[in-house]
Amino acid sequence: MYQESEPALKILIADDSNSDRLLLKAIVQSQGHQPLLASDGLEAIEVFKQQKPDIILLDALMPNVDGFDTARYVKSHSGDDFVPIIFLTSLSEADSLAHCLEAGGDDFLTKPYNNVVLKAKINAFRRMLKMHVTLQHQRDQIAENNQRLIREQEVAKLTFDKVAHEGCLHVPNIQYTLSPLAVFNGDVLLAAVRPNGNLAVMLGDFTGHGLAAAIGAMPLSQTFYSMVGKGFTIREILVEINRKLKEILPVGVFCCATMIDMDFTAQSLEIWSGGMPESFLYSVEKKIFLPIPARYLALGILEPERFHAETDVYPMQTGDRFYMWSDGILEAMNAEGEMFGEQRLEQIFIDNEEPARLFKEINQTVQKFIGDTQIHDDLSIAEITMIEQDEFAHFFPRNLKKIHTTAMDWAFSYEARAITLRSIDPLPVIHNLLREIPGLRYRSGEVFTVLSELYSNALEHGVLKLDSSMKSTAKGFYEYYRERSKRLEKLEQGSVRFDLDYKGDRDLGCLQLTVTDSGKGFEHEKRLQGSLQSSGYSGRGLLLIKSICDEVTYLGDGNIVQVIFNW
Amino acid sequence: MMNQHVDESAIGELRDIMGDDFGLLVDTFVNDSAKRIDDIQAAIAEGDAVRLRAVAHGFKGSALNISARQLTEYCKQLEYMGRDDNLADADTVFQQAKQEFFQVRDFLKAL
Repeated sequence: MYQESEPALKILIADDSNSDRLLLKAIVQSQGHQPLLASDGLEAIEVFKQQKPDIILLDALMPNVDGFDTARYVKSHSGDDFVPIIFLTSLSEADSLAHCLEAGGDDFLTKPYNNVVLKAKINAFRRMLKMHVTLQHQRDQIAENNQRLIREQEVAKLTFDKVAHEGCLHVPNIQYTLSPLAVFNGDVLLAAVRPNGNLAVMLGDFTGHGLAAAIGAMPLSQTFYSMVGKGFTIREILVEINRKLKEILPVGVFCCATMIDMDFTAQSLEIWSGGMPESFLYSVEKKIFLPIPARYLALGILEPERFHAETDVYPMQTGDRFYMWSDGILEAMNAEGEMFGEQRLEQIFIDNEEPARLFKEINQTVQKFIGDTQIHDDLSIAEITMIEQDEFAHFFPRNLKKIHTTAMDWAFSYEARAITLRSIDPLPVIHNLLREIPGLRYRSGEVFTVLSELYSNALEHGVLKLDSSMKSTAKGFYEYYRERSKRLEKLEQGSVRFDLDYKGDRDLGCLQLTVTDSGKGFEHEKRLQGSLQSSGYSGRGLLLIKSICDEVTYLGDGNIVQVIFNW
Repeated sequence: MMNQHVDESAIGELRDIMGDDFGLLVDTFVNDSAKRIDDIQAAIAEGDAVRLRAVAHGFKGSALNISARQLTEYCKQLEYMGRDDNLADADTVFQQAKQEFFQVRDFLKAL
């Protein structure tokens, strides 16, 4: 008999009829339980408070406090505990049964009392009590585990925040929505200014949730910030991030990402996107948006040798806006289980009347759609607006590292030949050297702009023999960059040579930078003057160089450019 | 042996449950009932329908537990008269209930 091995229950019997109470007491005792007796509601409440019975047998009609009020008192004072109440009734009182339930009754025992029936009821409630205790215990354990998880996440987040810091997300031409714990949803948003003054922004969305999703964010951010700071192109950064993630992430964990490089000088946007939803490029002038699909697989999937880091370049005008998001926005669900979807997103852009309000409208529309039925933590949205170069230059971070303050005098030559030109960007090498020059520390953005402008000219016009007038139309712009990568890929001959000559100390200095390409040169005099009237995307570079450098000289047939910085 | 006042098989079960305390149960029932008889008489005399209903209700439950079916039935009638505030026939039923109670008492005491 398994019941006998069960511990005895304390059973409160509240009945004003002496003989009935006596009978119940005998039944309860015969089943091995401990009876507690009360002859009215007042006594019953007192016993309940003092002795905490496991089950209460309660007569409905009693003097002083009746059974209904007693039941209400017990139910409102048992806290998390479950104290079953069995009302003692006569069969004829069917109409008052509802009243018993309303007061908190859990069951009935009808007169005449029956030993077996009561036993069955007590056993049923004993099982229920056990389940209740188990449930409470598990609930407490879950709550405790959850608390611990949150504490751990908070600690982890402090570390993540240091590595995956927000970079320059605070610049006014970036607006973004990102949950404070986004990293644990696998979302990362990074932004940094490149030495040439371009803005690099990356939105990453790791598969999975929790720490597993967050762990990849560390190497991702470290690589991003370190390489952007050193002047690497986003193509090179993507190759490196992919390699690193492929190496460390377990199979099945990868990072969907969109990375952009916004060039405020050329007013263009370079983009790579893998595994993400379409990004939108909004043209203020034409009042249309151009969807930019992700053309590649996510980061961390392909072996380095199979990874494609080809980017696309789009012209932009001041005020144009670029939007990117993770799939959280498209998959945001309303109370009916519908997803927000692409159509609703597009409709916001179609309905929009004031571009400056777009970002707000997207957020408001999504929030309104999902209502407050659910907490959506993984809505990551970023808007980056094209502004004038001068305006953006105000926000350049000045990452000043300790540099030599003693007098220096050196020269440096670096010639990148066809194979090198095909496979790497030589600028970071040169730029790192220039960062060591104390007098240029506040001008590193400018110097890099000049350096990259001279290099593009040397490579594109000198070595690849591209005609920059192609870029004057939007169609030609795409054509130009397509042709550029086509020719570069097949490059067999040609070179670009950098000669640096520096002399200076902590305060004064002179840097002479000569870029020589293997091309035939061009009519530079005409171009320099002509470019004053030129519009569109060609020619602005040369003007810019003139405005930054103290001297600009074309030598040879125009295939040698020499610029001088004095300070 | 058939008995028109109490259910003997039910009494057998009660004896099993109560064991040595069966006599105590009978005494308690009889003493309580005697007091209730007085209460019901007073309630009817005073025309107190509320009191009649309450006392008859309790009496009914105890009678049912002791398996005194006929007594239970009289108590129920009295309870309903109290509920309906119609005491016209109350005294007649009360007299029957009282006689029935004496029969039940005598039977139980004889056990």
